[in-house]
Amino acid sequence: MSDAKPLGGRILTPTFLVCLLVIGVAGYYTYKRFLLGIGAVANLNDGFPWGLWISYDVVVGSAFACGGYVMALMVYVFNGGRFHPLVRPALLASMFGYSLAGVSVLVDIGRYFNVYNLYLPWQINLHSVMLEVALCITTYVFVMWLEFAPAFVEKWKLKKFGAVLDKVVFVLIALGVLLPTMHQSSLGTMMLMAGYKLSPLWHTSTLPLLFLFTALFMGFAMVIFEGTLSGRVYRLEDETHLLAKIGKIIAYLIGVYLILRLQNIFVRGAMPEAFSGSFLGYMFLLENALLLGGMFILAYPGYRHSPRLLFIAAVLVLCGGALFRFNTYIIGYNPGTGWKYFPSIGEQMITYGLIALEIAGYMLFVKFFPVFSAGHKSAAPIPVKE
Amino acid sequence: MKMKRRDLLKGMAGGLALAVLDAPGKSEARTIQALPPEALGILYDSTLCVGCNACMAACKEANHMPVESGSAEQIWDNPIDLSAKTLNIIKKYENGTAATKDVETDGYAFIKRQCLHCVDPSCVTACPVSALTKDKENGIVSYDKDVCIGCRYCQIACPYHIPKFEWDVAYPEIVKCQLCSHLIEQGGISACCSVCPTGASLFGRVEDLIEEARRRLQMTPGKTYAFPVSSMDSGKTHNFTAPKYIRHIYGQEELGGTQVMYLSAVPFENFGLDAFPKESFVSMSSGIQYAIYKGMVYPLVVLAALMFMVKKNKHGETPDANPPAPRQDQALLTQRGEDNE
Ligand code: SF4
Ligand code: SF4
Ligand code: SF4
Repeated sequence: MSDAKPLGGRILTPTFLVCLLVIGVAGYYTYKRFLLGIGAVANLNDGFPWGLWISYDVVVGSAFACGGYVMALMVYVFNGGRFHPLVRPALLASMFGYSLAGVSVLVDIGRYFNVYNLYLPWQINLHSVMLEVALCITTYVFVMWLEFAPAFVEKWKLKKFGAVLDKVVFVLIALGVLLPTMHQSSLGTMMLMAGYKLSPLWHTSTLPLLFLFTALFMGFAMVIFEGTLSGRVYRLEDETHLLAKIGKIIAYLIGVYLILRLQNIFVRGAMPEAFSGSFLGYMFLLENALLLGGMFILAYPGYRHSPRLLFIAAVLVLCGGALFRFNTYIIGYNPGTGWKYFPSIGEQMITYGLIALEIAGYMLFVKFFPVFSAGHKSAAPIPVKE
Repeated sequence: MKMKRRDLLKGMAGGLALAVLDAPGKSEARTIQALPPEALGILYDSTLCVGCNACMAACKEANHMPVESGSAEQIWDNPIDLSAKTLNIIKKYENGTAATKDVETDGYAFIKRQCLHCVDPSCVTACPVSALTKDKENGIVSYDKDVCIGCRYCQIACPYHIPKFEWDVAYPEIVKCQLCSHLIEQGGISACCSVCPTGASLFGRVEDLIEEARRRLQMTPGKTYAFPVSSMDSGKTHNFTAPKYIRHIYGQEELGGTQVMYLSAVPFENFGLDAFPKESFVSMSSGIQYAIYKGMVYPLVVLAALMFMVKKNKHGETPDANPPAPRQDQALLTQRGEDNE
C-alpha cells in the first residue's frame, strides 16, 4: 500500500466553477460539430486537414501528459526509488491528458462510427504509422487507468481486485514505459509522409528520435510544473530538492537533443533557411532558444534549487517543446496551394474545454482518491500567487 | 544486476541509433511497389487540350457529383480547385499577356488535375484501416467509405493534394477520382477520356501510354502526326502538328511513378507539379518504422526486459532475493506479493 492520502476539502472552488463554465461552452460547440459537420465549427480545410485539435490535443497534449511515463521510467527502470512520491500525481495528470486526447480524436475524425476498424485484424494496415499510434495510445490509456487503479483499491478497499492488480502491476508498468516510447517517436515518423509539404527545418528522418526526446523532457518539465503548482495550491510539503534533481536530468536531455537537432539541420544544409529572416526561420530559432533558456537555468545548481527559477525553466521547456511540435504539425506545414489556417473560436473553445475537463478532473481526483504522499499543511486550497 | 541494466540500456540506445541512421536506404521494410500487370491510366497531353471542360462535365455526370459554383445560384459549374464536389478539374496557367498557347512567357496552358493513381501511393500506406486500396491488377486506387474513419491522414500524405474531405457534412467522406472503375468494370473507359474531343485525355494501359508518350517526344515539332483519341485502342485518331514538348513524361518516375501521366510544352512546376525524387516518401517513413520495430520483435524484447526491471525495482533494492531469470520468476513474484515502499 502506498502512503498517499486523499486531500479532501471543498469541491466547488472558483477554479473548478470556471472550468465547468468553459466545459459548458465547449459542449455547445461539440454539439454543433456533430450536428452540422466539422466545417461548421472549425477552420480546417483541404489544405490543412489537421489543425489545433490534432496538433494541440494529441501531439502537444500527449507530450504534456508524459509525466507518468517519465516518472515510471525513472522509478522502475532506473531504480530511482526516492522519486516514488511523484509517481502517482504524475500518473493521474497523464491519465487525464491521454484520455482526453482520445476524446478529442473522436471529435476530430469524421467517420467515428467506423473506429472499430482500427481493431479488426483483417482491416488494419500494418504499414500505417497512424495505425501504430492509434493502437498504442488506446492501449496506453487503458493501461494507465489500471495503473492508477490501486488508488481506487485503497479508497474503496477492493481487496480482491487489489490482489489481482498486484500480480499484474509490473506488466502494466512495463507497458506504461514501452507504449509511450513507441507512439511518442511514431508521432514524429507520422509527419515524414508529409514530404515536401513540411519545411526542411522540420522534415528529417531524425523526427522520431526528436519526438522521443521532446516527450521525455516535456514529461519531466510537466512533473516540475505540476509539482510546483499543486504544492502551492494544496500547501504540500516542499519538494524542491526532488524537483531540482529532475531539472538536472532535463538539462542533460535538452543538451543531447539540441546537439542532434542542430547537427541534423547543419548536415542537411538547412541552416541558411533558419537564419534567412523568414517567419519559419524565426519559429525555428524561437523554439530552440526557449529550450536553450530552460537548459541554461537548469544547468546551474544554484538556479535550479530556487523554486521560482525552476518553475520558470520548466515553463520555458514546455513552451519550447510545444512549439517544436506545433511547428512540425501546423506552422512548418505548407500545402502550397494558397491555403491558410488559423483555429476558429469554436475550435479553440473545444480545446479549452478539454483542458478545463482535465484540470477539473485532476482537482476532483486528488481530493477523493489517495494521490499525494507528501503531508499537506491545510486542506483548504489557496489561490496561486503568480 | 547493475551490469545487466546498463547493458540493456546500451542495447536500447543502440537500437534507436540504428533505427535513425540506417533508415532510408537499405531497409527491406517493404518492396518498392512495381507497376501492376494490367495497370490502367491516362495520358494527358496539355498541348492537345483546348480547355472545353467537357471532361469535367462528363466526370460529374458519371460520378453523380453536384454542381459547384462561385455564383449564388449554383447554375454554372465553375469550381476553382479539386474539392469534395469536384474529382477532376482543368486549370489554366497564365503568364503576362497570355497571348500564345503552350508558351511559358506571355502564354497560357491547360492542366488536368485528378488523382494520379500512384504506383506506390502514399495515401494507401497512410490509411490505418485500409479504406484506400490499390487494385492488384489494374492499379486503380479506390476508396471504401464503410471502413474509413475520417482521420484525413491520406490528405496529409498525398504529395499531389488530391484527396478531399466533406467539411460541411455531418458524417463526411473522403472524395477523389477512382478512374471511373465502375465504368471500367462494365468494359468502358473513364468518362473524361471518352468525351475528350481532341485526345488530350487518353485512356489506356500504362505501358502503352508510356510508349505513346515516348513516340510523341520523338516527333519533329511542326510536322503533322496522327494522335489517338479517347483510348489507345479506340481506333480513332486526329491529325495534329507536333508541338515543342518539354522532354519529360511527368509521372513516369516521380515518387515511384504514377498511372496518370502528363506531357506539356511548358515546365511542369508552372502547374504546381513539383519536381519529385524517384523514391517515394512512403518508403522513407515505413523504412524507419520497420527499422525500429522489425516486425514487433524489438518491442516484445524490450517489453520482457522492462518487466524484468520493473519487478526488480518494485521489490526494493535486494537483487539477490530474485533469481535473475526474466520470465520464469513470475510465479515466484505472485506468491511473494508486493511490498511497495
Ligand atoms: S495521387 Fe494522391 S490520392 Fe491519388 S493515388 Fe497518389 S497518393 Fe493517392
Ligand atoms: S480519412 Fe479515411 S481514407 Fe483517409 S487515411 Fe483516414 S481512414 Fe483512410
Ligand atoms: S475534354 Fe479534353 S480537351 Fe476538353 S478540357 Fe477535358 S482534356 Fe481538355
